[in-house]
Amino acid sequence: MELVCPAGSLPALKTAVDNGANAVYFGFKDSTNARQFAGLNFNDKRAAEGIEYAHLRGARVFCAINTYPQPDGWEQWKGAVDRAASLGVDAIILADMGLLDYAANRYPHIPRHLSVQGSATSHEALSFYKDNFDIRRAVLPRVLSLDQVRGVAKHSPVELEVFAFGSLCIMAEGRCYLSSYLTDESPNTRGACSPAKAVRWQETSQGLESRLNDVLIDRYGPGESAGYPTLCKGRFEVEGNVYHAIEEPVSLNTLDLLPELQALGISAVKIEGRQRSPAYNADVARTWRHALDNLEDGTGSFTVEPQWQRTLAGLSEGGLTTLGAYHRKWK
Amino acid sequence: MLKLSLGPILWFWSRQTVFDFYANAAEWPVDTIYLGEVVCSRRRELKPDDWLDLARDLKACGKNVVLSTLTLIESEADLRRLRRFCEQDEFLVEANDQSALQVAIRNRIPFITGPSMNIYNTATLKILARQGLKAWSLPVELGRETLEQLIKELQQEGLDLPAEVFSWGFLPLAWSSRCFTARHYNLPKDNCEFRCLQHPDGMELRSRESQELFRINGISTLSGSRYDLMRELPDMERMGVSTVRLSPEHQGMEEVVRRFDQVRRGEMPTTDPLQLVEAPPCNGYWYGKPGMDLIG
Repeated sequence: MELVCPAGSLPALKTAVDNGANAVYFGFKDSTNARQFAGLNFNDKRAAEGIEYAHLRGARVFCAINTYPQPDGWEQWKGAVDRAASLGVDAIILADMGLLDYAANRYPHIPRHLSVQGSATSHEALSFYKDNFDIRRAVLPRVLSLDQVRGVAKHSPVELEVFAFGSLCIMAEGRCYLSSYLTDESPNTRGACSPAKAVRWQETSQGLESRLNDVLIDRYGPGESAGYPTLCKGRFEVEGNVYHAIEEPVSLNTLDLLPELQALGISAVKIEGRQRSPAYNADVARTWRHALDNLEDGTGSFTVEPQWQRTLAGLSEGGLTTLGAYHRKWK
Repeated sequence: MLKLSLGPILWFWSRQTVFDFYANAAEWPVDTIYLGEVVCSRRRELKPDDWLDLARDLKACGKNVVLSTLTLIESEADLRRLRRFCEQDEFLVEANDQSALQVAIRNRIPFITGPSMNIYNTATLKILARQGLKAWSLPVELGRETLEQLIKELQQEGLDLPAEVFSWGFLPLAWSSRCFTARHYNLPKDNCEFRCLQHPDGMELRSRESQELFRINGISTLSGSRYDLMRELPDMERMGVSTVRLSPEHQGMEEVVRRFDQVRRGEMPTTDPLQLVEAPPCNGYWYGKPGMDLIG
């Protein structure tokens, strides 16, 4: 299985490659990708450097252009596909049908991967993208359980990549408008969820408050560790109870599932986190490299070493990890 | 004149409630009625054949009937139910997921797309038009400016693809594999005791400052404020929108339909429509603002 790691910056790209990533994925410094953060991502010069660095070391580079252009953005998004093509990336990760069509016609030789933002959760949906845009690979949304992944994998017409570690979206990706409902930006439109520009922290007599466009997302008592106010991970009130009504701030960690993913014929495992530091990237890539090497060492046995789990837990949101939807009981 | 449609029921209502609702709706001035379960595969008060029977009844009453498919497809069982709708040609199908697109296209069945289908540009519409798309819905997070450009570009391309706009009701904003209603009751999703039946308008999710943010509705999350574009109907008609979608609520829906019918006939009421379930209005998306905002 291929280890696909995030590259939010050139140093992050290099540490991922140095620590065993088989492939890295990046986006340009604008809204054309789903991790639009100030100070992150690549201009063409940096991208060219990164691609050269990776290629010299045998790693592949994917470019994510996985947001949805509206009419006034069409030329810019199309331009991003042209830029990725001229930089010589190994694949373009796309979600929008219009852009997939453009890339397939203009650059048929560059493999197209369907982004998780393309919301394909069944083999029929995958066939739609395969038949129309000849995608080579698809990244599955994190909403599927392992049984469901098995069902998709059995009839999939394309390679599959699944999320292995990192922040957890619990909504079907590509169809979540919660962020644009509270702010004016969503992953689909601007590549941003709960954008930093709308975040406000405030120390009050009731505790530390996090707000998103003035909406109270969470309030932390003394000793509670505060997390980024991703809106679905806040504490809200439903029928008089205040709790994490949508989701707790935890990270996905599927280390335990690696043998099963391998048995299903999954082609690649993806690490989330282009917004994280190069140091994070180094630790995560190294840990998953060890795990994959152990899995594929030919002995047929795989044991998760406690040290791997400790390292990953230390890098996780809230210090907690979950098998996510892969694990049926989680629901 | 703008057409009025009654969107699919997003909530979980009992079988009898659904039949009663549509028995009444048959008499309302709506042109199109969408039928089918679009939210949760566990909601089976009506089987596919029940929906088809209902569709025939409403068609006999002069309604244009469209069968809507599930938004989040997760299993083979979901696909089997989907095929029941996407392999028949008696009624038009509203595809709410790419799985439905694929099955309809393979069977050469014409289709339309619902608001959860990601249609953000003309290139996407052109691709789908080649495959049998007959009409489409604007994603809820997009506004008038984008819609106007899309309609203009379609006209330039010579494509006749009527546009529908979700114009009244709680906005469907997200779908998950997990169930937030079951979570509230500490029940596993697979043994949820169908608690959604007790919440015909969903469950209010508020901030700790009592701001109404969202409505929990099983695996889906809806807006906490009610989207209301009634006052935008003249603008929509000018720009070439075809259909205005009203999303069913279990009480007072007839009044809502009649108000919108008046407005599309050019009689703007001086007062706002009845607030059926207590909820603040919003229209931010239409103006390119946060969806929860109320402009004007």
